[in-house]
Amino acid sequence: MSVNVSMNVNGRAVSGEVEDRALLVEFLRENLRLTGTHVGCDTSQCGACVVHVDGRSVKACTMLAVQAEGADVATIEGLAQDGKLHPMQEAFRENHGLQCGFCTPGMVMSALDLVARNPDPSGAEVREWLEGNLCRCTGYHNIVKSILAGAGAMRGGG
Amino acid sequence: MAENGIGASVPRTEDHRFLTGTGDYTDDSNLPRQTCAAFVRSTHAHATFTLDTAAAAVAPGVVAVLTGADMAADEVGSLICGWVVTGKDGEPHKAPAHPVLAVDTVRHVGDAMAVVVAESAQAARDAAERVAVSYTPLPAVVSMSDALADGAAQIHPEAPGNLCYDWEIGDRAATDEAFARAHHVARLDLVNNRLIPNAMEPRAAIGDYNPATGDYTLRLTSQNPHIHRLVLAAFVQIAPEHKLHVIAPDVGGGFGSKIFIYQEETAVLWAAGKVGRPVKWTADRSESFVADAHGRDHETHVELALDEGGRFLGLRVETRANMGAYLSTFASCVPSYLYGTLLQGQYTTEAIYCEVKAVFTNTTPVDALRGAGRPEATYVVERIVDQAAREMGIDPAELRRRNFIPADAFPYPTKVALEYDSGNYALALDRALELAGYDGFGARREESKAKGKLRGIGLSAYIEACGIAPSQVVGSLGAGVGLWESGGIRFNPTGNVLVYTGSHSHGQGHETTFAQLVSDYLGVPFENVEVVHGDTEKTPFGMGTYGSRSLAVGGSALVKAMDKIIAKGRKIAAFSLEASEEDIEFSGGDFTVAGTDRSMNIAAVAFSAYVPHNYPLDELEPGLEETGFYDPANFTFPAGTHVCEVEVDPDTGTTEVVNWVAVDDFGNVVNPMIVEGQVHGGVAHGVGQALLEGCAYDADGQLVTGSFMDYTMPRADDLPDMTVETTCTPCPHNPLGVKGCGEAGAIAAPAAVMNAITDALGTGATDMPATPHAVWRALNG
Repeated sequence: MSVNVSMNVNGRAVSGEVEDRALLVEFLRENLRLTGTHVGCDTSQCGACVVHVDGRSVKACTMLAVQAEGADVATIEGLAQDGKLHPMQEAFRENHGLQCGFCTPGMVMSALDLVARNPDPSGAEVREWLEGNLCRCTGYHNIVKSILAGAGAMRGGG
Repeated sequence: MAENGIGASVPRTEDHRFLTGTGDYTDDSNLPRQTCAAFVRSTHAHATFTLDTAAAAVAPGVVAVLTGADMAADEVGSLICGWVVTGKDGEPHKAPAHPVLAVDTVRHVGDAMAVVVAESAQAARDAAERVAVSYTPLPAVVSMSDALADGAAQIHPEAPGNLCYDWEIGDRAATDEAFARAHHVARLDLVNNRLIPNAMEPRAAIGDYNPATGDYTLRLTSQNPHIHRLVLAAFVQIAPEHKLHVIAPDVGGGFGSKIFIYQEETAVLWAAGKVGRPVKWTADRSESFVADAHGRDHETHVELALDEGGRFLGLRVETRANMGAYLSTFASCVPSYLYGTLLQGQYTTEAIYCEVKAVFTNTTPVDALRGAGRPEATYVVERIVDQAAREMGIDPAELRRRNFIPADAFPYPTKVALEYDSGNYALALDRALELAGYDGFGARREESKAKGKLRGIGLSAYIEACGIAPSQVVGSLGAGVGLWESGGIRFNPTGNVLVYTGSHSHGQGHETTFAQLVSDYLGVPFENVEVVHGDTEKTPFGMGTYGSRSLAVGGSALVKAMDKIIAKGRKIAAFSLEASEEDIEFSGGDFTVAGTDRSMNIAAVAFSAYVPHNYPLDELEPGLEETGFYDPANFTFPAGTHVCEVEVDPDTGTTEVVNWVAVDDFGNVVNPMIVEGQVHGGVAHGVGQALLEGCAYDADGQLVTGSFMDYTMPRADDLPDMTVETTCTPCPHNPLGVKGCGEAGAIAAPAAVMNAITDALGTGATDMPATPHAVWRALNG
C-alpha cells in the first residue's frame, strides 16, 4: 500500500508517495535522490546510513519512512553551507579520514551526534561511540584523528 | 619538493564529493525505463533442482523471469578462470564449467538459479519468493578433508577427487637433504582462516542495451572495467568487445572482491538485452556474504630446519587450499604463484619445497583478497620462525636478523622462482624495535602481570611481490592476460591536462596521487590536472587495480606517456623558438634553449600544438596527446617489520592490541599521508583476521556467519592507534622507484598478532581467529 509522507529534510519541507514498508533511507535515496546516505548492510550494523532525526543520529535503514512523518531530518548533503565544508567534514579531509568514501557520510553524521553530546571526547570515547559504524578501509586510525580534530574545530579550539 | 608534488601529503581531490554526499556509486544511478533484478539462490549446498516460474511470472510488476535454461538457449558462455596452473603431473588444473545461472545443479548456498526482472526492487524480490524450487539434495562436501576423502561426494565430474590441482614449487631433493643435516626442526600445523571480504559498498550493476546500435553498457562495482569487458565479450560472449561499454564509477572498496566476473553482473547485462530495458541489481549484505568470493582458507603443515647457529637450512610446506565450488576468475594463481613464490620471506633459507593441493568444496568460491596468497605465505614463514626461536631459546628478532638477506645481496635470486630487486630488512627491523620499545618490553610485561594480565610482543618481517606483473613471467606461468598498464596524457589547448589511467581507484586516492605525479613531472599546476579512470570508452585499455600495482605499473605507464609529451614538446619549442631540438632543455614546465633565457612554458607549447597556423606539417604533427604502455621488468618487493603488542586477560581470554608499529619499505613515496592510510587499513584487515573474522560453515554447507551479527568485523574499539614509518630502498626497475603499499598491512599483521598472543600465552595452541573463547581454551585446555 502506498502512503504519503511529509517531513523536513535539511531544512526543506518535502513529501512523497512511498510504500508503507519503505524505509527512511529508501525515501531519502529514491524519492528525494539524496544518495549520500548509503546502505551497507541489511541488519543495522554498518552505520553507512546514519542521518539525524530530530537532532539524534539514527540508522535510516532501521526506521520506516512513515515513522519520520513530521520530523526534522538532516543528511550529509545538508552540512556544507555555501560551498564551504562543515568543520567536521573539513577535519576528515585534512586528516585523511576517508578512503573509498562509502562509510563516510555515516561516520560524519555519527561524529556530529557524539560532539553534540560530548564536545571534547577522548580518543577512547570516539572509538567506543563508533561501535555502530563500520569502515573497511581506514583501520579507524584517521577517522578517530579526524573526529578529535573536528570536535576541536567546533569548540573553536582550531 | 613542490607544494603538491611528489613526496607531499596533499589532501585528496576526491574527498570533497565523498564528504558532501555527492559521490557517484553504482547504486546512486537510475536510468530511464529502468527495471530491477532479484536472484533466486540455492538454499542447499549441493542439489539438483527444477524450477516452476509460473507464479512469479504473473506476480505484480514482473517483466521477466529468466533461468539458466534461457541463458543456455542464448548460448551464453561459462564464467572463466583466467590463469591456468599446471600441476605436478604436467596437466592443467581442472576448471569445471561455472554457469552464470545454474541449469540443473547447484553447488553452494547462494548459487544463482534464476533472475526475476520487475518494475521495482521490491517487486522483483517479492516475485523471486514465488519461484518454486524443487530440490533433490546431494551429499555436500564442506571441509577440505571431507572433499579429499575416499568416497567423497563429487562436485564436478571433470575434477575427480574434488582436486583442482596438485602443484609444487622448489627443490624437494635439496630440501630433504637440508632437513637431513638439521640441528633442529620446528614444526607447526596452521589454519589460515577463511575471510569474507565485506567492502562496505555491496556489489551492484546496471545493464543497458540500445537496440538502435546493438551497444551494451554495464555500469558496475569493478576494480578493472576493461577486464570485465574483455571476459564478458571474449568468453561469456554477451556482446563483442567494441559493442560493450563498461563503467566503474566511484567504487566503495574492493580488496579484491570486485576484480572478479561474477554471476550477477553478467546476468544483469544479458537480461537487459532480453527485456530491452535497463536492469539494475544491488546486492544486499546477506547476498554479499554468500556470493562475493571469499579469501584465504588454507590448511598448512610447515617444517623449518635450522643449524646449530639458528640459520635456516630448509623450509618444507604442505598446503591445502580451498577453491570453493567453482574456480573464480583468478582463484588458481592465489595459493600457487602468489603463495609458494613468497616462502623465501626475507631470509636466506637455503632450500625450499612447497606442495599445494587446491580443493573443490560445496562452499562459496574463494579468490584473491587483499594480499592474495602473500598473507598466507608470510603467515607460514613468520609463525614457524617464531616457533623455532622459542624452541631454540633465541630472541625472535635476533633469529630473524641472523637469517636476513643482507642489504648488499640484491638482486637476490630466491629458491622459489623470484628475484628480489632491492631491500634493507635489518634497517626496518631495527627501527621497528626502537619505535616499539622492544628493549623495555620486559618491564611492561611485569606491569601487566601485576594487574593479572598476560602481555606478549610479536614480530612479523613480511615480504610481498607487488607491482603485478611482468607479462612475460606471468604468461609463462599460465596467466591468460598480460599485466602491463596504460596511461594517457592529453593537454587541452588552454594548458590543463587530462590524465587517463587503466588502473582504477576504489579508495586508494589515484585522483590525487596521479595528479601529484603529473604535476611534478610536467611542471603543470596541480589544480590543472584531472585524472580520468574507470570507463572503457574514456581510457586506453587497462588492467585495473589489485596487487598494489597502480602506481608501480600504472604510474610508470604515465611516465612513458609524459616522456613522449616532453619529446613532442621539445620539437614544438624548437620550432617556435627557432632553435635546434637538441638544444631544448625541459625543466619545471619550461622548454628552454640551453644557455639562453629563451623559453616556452608547456602550456604555451600545448596552445601552439592546437593552433598550428604556421607548422611545417610534414615535420611536425599538431596536437599534444600521448599514450604509454608499461610492462614491468619484474615484480616489486615491498617489505618491512610490524610489531604488535597485546595484553590478554586470562580470566576471559580477551586480547587487546595495545600497541602497533609498522616500518615498511615501499620504495619512493608520492603521498605519505595516503600511504600511511593504506597501512592502517591493511593492518586492520589483518588484525580482523587474527582476532575476529572467521567464516564458518556447518556440516551441511550452510553459512553460519552470514551477516554482520555473526561475522565479526573489526570496529574502532578493536584497534589501537598505530605508529607507521617507512624506510626506502627505491625500486631499481621502474622509473618512479615505487613498490606499492596497499596490501602490506594485511600481509604483515596476522603473524604479528598471533606471535604476540603466543608470546603472551607461552603456548602456540591457538589458530585464527583468536577469539576470547579460543584463547581461554588455549590457556585452560
